[in-house]
Amino acid sequence: MAAPLVLVVLAAVTVRAALYRSSLAVFIAERVEVASPLNAWKRVVEGLALLDLGVSPYSGAIFHETPLIIYLFHFLIEYAELVFMITDVLTAVALYLAIQDFNKVVFKKQKLLIELDKYAPDVAELIQTPMEMHYIPLKVALFYLLNPYTVMSCVAKSTCAINNSVIAFFILATIKGSAFLSAVFLALATYQSLYPLTLFAPALLYLLQRQFIPIKLKSKSFWLYTMQYTSLYLCSLVVIICLSFFLLNSWDFIPSVYGFILSVPDLTPNIGLFWYFFAEMFEHFSLFFVCVFQINVFFYTIPLAIKLKEHPMFFMFVQLAIISIFKSYPTVGDIALYMAFLPVWSHLYRFLRNIFILSCVLIFCSFLFPVLWHLWIYAGSANSNFYYAITLTFNIGQVSRVRQMKENRDSAKRG
Amino acid sequence: MGLLSDPQCRRALGRLLLRLNTPLCVLSYLSGLAWFLLLPLLAPRTYLSENAMGSTMVGEGSDLGPRALALARDFGEHRRREGGIPVSWLSHTMFQLGLEVHSQPFARTLPFPDEAHERYLVRGTNVFGVLRAPRAASTEALLLLVPCCEGGKNEQAVGLLLALAGYCRGQIYWAKDLIFLVTEHDLLGTQAWLEGYHGVNLTAMQSGPFPGRAGAIQAALALELSSDVLTSVDVAVEGLDGQLPNLDLLNLFQSFCHKNGLLCTLQGKLPPPEGPSGPGYAQSLRTLGLMVLGQAGGAPGGPHGLFLRFRIEALTLRGINSFRQHKFDLGALGRTLEGMFRKLNNLLERLHQSYFLYLLPSLARFVSIGSYAPALGLLLLVLALRALELWMRLSRSEEGEGEPPVGEVRGPSDPVPPARGGLLYLVPPILISVGAGAALYLLPVRGQAVATQHFPVGEAEAVVLALIGIYVAGMALPHSTHRALSGGGQRGWMTLKLLALLALALLLTCLALLNFSLGFLLGVTLVPPAAAVRPGGNRLPLALLLVLTTPGLSLFMAVLLERELLEAPAGLGEAWQRFLGALGQGLLQEHLHGAHLSPLLCLGAYPCWLLLWNVLFWK
Repeated sequence: MAAPLVLVVLAAVTVRAALYRSSLAVFIAERVEVASPLNAWKRVVEGLALLDLGVSPYSGAIFHETPLIIYLFHFLIEYAELVFMITDVLTAVALYLAIQDFNKVVFKKQKLLIELDKYAPDVAELIQTPMEMHYIPLKVALFYLLNPYTVMSCVAKSTCAINNSVIAFFILATIKGSAFLSAVFLALATYQSLYPLTLFAPALLYLLQRQFIPIKLKSKSFWLYTMQYTSLYLCSLVVIICLSFFLLNSWDFIPSVYGFILSVPDLTPNIGLFWYFFAEMFEHFSLFFVCVFQINVFFYTIPLAIKLKEHPMFFMFVQLAIISIFKSYPTVGDIALYMAFLPVWSHLYRFLRNIFILSCVLIFCSFLFPVLWHLWIYAGSANSNFYYAITLTFNIGQVSRVRQMKENRDSAKRG
Repeated sequence: MGLLSDPQCRRALGRLLLRLNTPLCVLSYLSGLAWFLLLPLLAPRTYLSENAMGSTMVGEGSDLGPRALALARDFGEHRRREGGIPVSWLSHTMFQLGLEVHSQPFARTLPFPDEAHERYLVRGTNVFGVLRAPRAASTEALLLLVPCCEGGKNEQAVGLLLALAGYCRGQIYWAKDLIFLVTEHDLLGTQAWLEGYHGVNLTAMQSGPFPGRAGAIQAALALELSSDVLTSVDVAVEGLDGQLPNLDLLNLFQSFCHKNGLLCTLQGKLPPPEGPSGPGYAQSLRTLGLMVLGQAGGAPGGPHGLFLRFRIEALTLRGINSFRQHKFDLGALGRTLEGMFRKLNNLLERLHQSYFLYLLPSLARFVSIGSYAPALGLLLLVLALRALELWMRLSRSEEGEGEPPVGEVRGPSDPVPPARGGLLYLVPPILISVGAGAALYLLPVRGQAVATQHFPVGEAEAVVLALIGIYVAGMALPHSTHRALSGGGQRGWMTLKLLALLALALLLTCLALLNFSLGFLLGVTLVPPAAAVRPGGNRLPLALLLVLTTPGLSLFMAVLLERELLEAPAGLGEAWQRFLGALGQGLLQEHLHGAHLSPLLCLGAYPCWLLLWNVLFWK
């Protein structure tokens, strides 16, 4: 199985290397859909320049990366392109290994349930055969590496790729059952972009399931394990934040990174839902609506945790999708990460109604983004409403796809 | 979504879609066409919506006629003496009028010789004078442009420009700088000047450092005159890539024509007599057709067309001297220009109120995007219906193996036998089509040196012939490649057709926003074959339909249609010559001004069409 993976990796690296050398790279890096204020490469370079001058990189209002990232690139700036390519490959390999392991678990469970005769007779086609499962990890790696969204994100050198990599390693650690590594990577992911905080719930559920600890509020072992995982997570988070403090010797990065994510001061258009809404709103109401919009990301965790407690991996997928749709500065790189998981649930596709229409909506929107941007910004014949209309359509497409996946999961379970 | 999530309803809808697909497609296509033909009847009157220009009154006091003619004669004399644009005389005259004068030399080597204008190595100078606004800090500007072409053309326009500059210098109310620009080599000079003024280099234009600037240009007028007296003024709106100026600028021009009693035309046509039916409708439709053809071509309708890309609203005014009885002198046109500049001088912000996306069936009426978009929308609906039908048949064949649904009505054709082997068999036709498109785009211009070495043809001829050659060769590809490939069977062509339909729909959707006319024309021609094409059976009528609607032949038809609409029908021979000229010009436009038509056709429409061609010859 390693040979096809190597082939995919080679193809992906070739495509990226070719694009880095072409004139398209500059164009892609400027696209607002690919680079947000949080992760644009231009801003990393600006931060590095300030750092070299001995000024705090956060003293301007441009730089919003975490201190670890800036120190990473402080040493690796010469090899930036290589770093981004390696990051993408690492993400894909991590996802590959994680899904491989996950499939083994699913297969065992399926076999157990078949032997116990727990399945209803008419769900035979829902049961995955080993043959189908064999190719799923490869498909996941393929979906991630050759997804045009990932490629563009990598070519634009958006640091989103690094966040994705951290999240992929977190998933790998969780599936392998290592609570310590899982907590460390989750802390890193939270430190990087705050929203992965919500992945805490699915990870905990998965680890509990793996340890065969029943999820009951009265059981002692449940609380013990939860406390253990929580404290591991919090400790590593504190260690990372303190490390950042010692690197720069100031707390400037807290408002510059997390304040920037939460209060959404930069209203540059992107594929998210925030910018138009807050650009149009009276200043007076903005605090209230910022809270409402941000709660959107975190709130769904609770009902989903109750509903999907038996299927933590699916929960993880839905949560990743929710983050990438509702976060304050989404880019296509975020979407690419959750899209990579689609093959895992490919057996649900035959129940996925409207998949054709929804996929067409997403593809058409992806092409219309630059067209309407051109009409609005360069030609001046359209305005922001046109662009936001496409943003809305794109997000509605994403939301209804995730919703349908969720519904199918439910109906498959009932069956 | 509610309708789609109810399984009962969904099945009923699906069955309806499969059974009524062809009638629905035909209905949708015909209603799209009918909608377009009805557009002249749906057009409301134009109105001026910019407050700053609407309510304020200006009086024009100039009488520039005699002075303009005297200056024009002087200019003509000096031009004949120098054999080109008389830079020193122009600078001197402008300086004496009290302008701040600059000149900008430029040079450009064309990618291949331009036969229509007979030029290859172009060298020229633009001269311009800036009248600094006495009442503001040079933050905004207005521009009057006169292209100084070869031959004796446009002398009167230069005269009028100079006379107007002299008159404006004496007025105290200017709040925006006025730039008076005379360019050489018409569009090339204009391009060089615009690039210099904005400090960018979009094309391979070589020009020296730009000498002097005024403020951000708010609006520009280009003037072309070649006689001492006029019967009417023709106004051109279409810009590069079908961009249009704000409709308010046109409204402004029209209101002044009205005031000064000038006769003005659009596409060389007078506004039709009011009344929806009869000759009025025919003339409106003809004007609309000419505008659509002009916009689809993507070539600028005048020097103003290049300004639009820099977000400067601009118009070209052309003086016409025909056999009509009533003539007027340059003074009337001068008053019109003066009035327009005074109104534009009152602008408080960029022209943004009125429409940017419109079609004009006559000068006094307009069709906005909301009215014309459904025409293309209905054409796109055909593609969507076909794609849905194909998808349903494909997915049903996949499910169909397990349990054939009871009481289901199959589509018009037999059930599709499933084929294994993934989607790999689709890769060669797609690669071939895209490759052929890329070759069509890259080879003619890059390979002209090779072509001229090996064949007895000129460079310009080589480019055009290579273009036609590659185009025709692309059509032979499916035949020669299918020998090597094993077809994917029934599912193969269905998937390929589905992809082709989606690619075409995507292309047309994007074009509908960027250049409606081009999108609509491509839609009208490409949608019927895209909906009808299928392998097997009698291939001849379908092949004929496909060949007739190929983008290249559509261009030829467009040339014929344009002559027909201009009421100067061309024979086949003449049309062929014009077609060859249009190909060469189309390629040149891309290199000289960055027009998008040829890349769009080569990399978008042609591969789409080739995919359909591949479907037809699928085994």
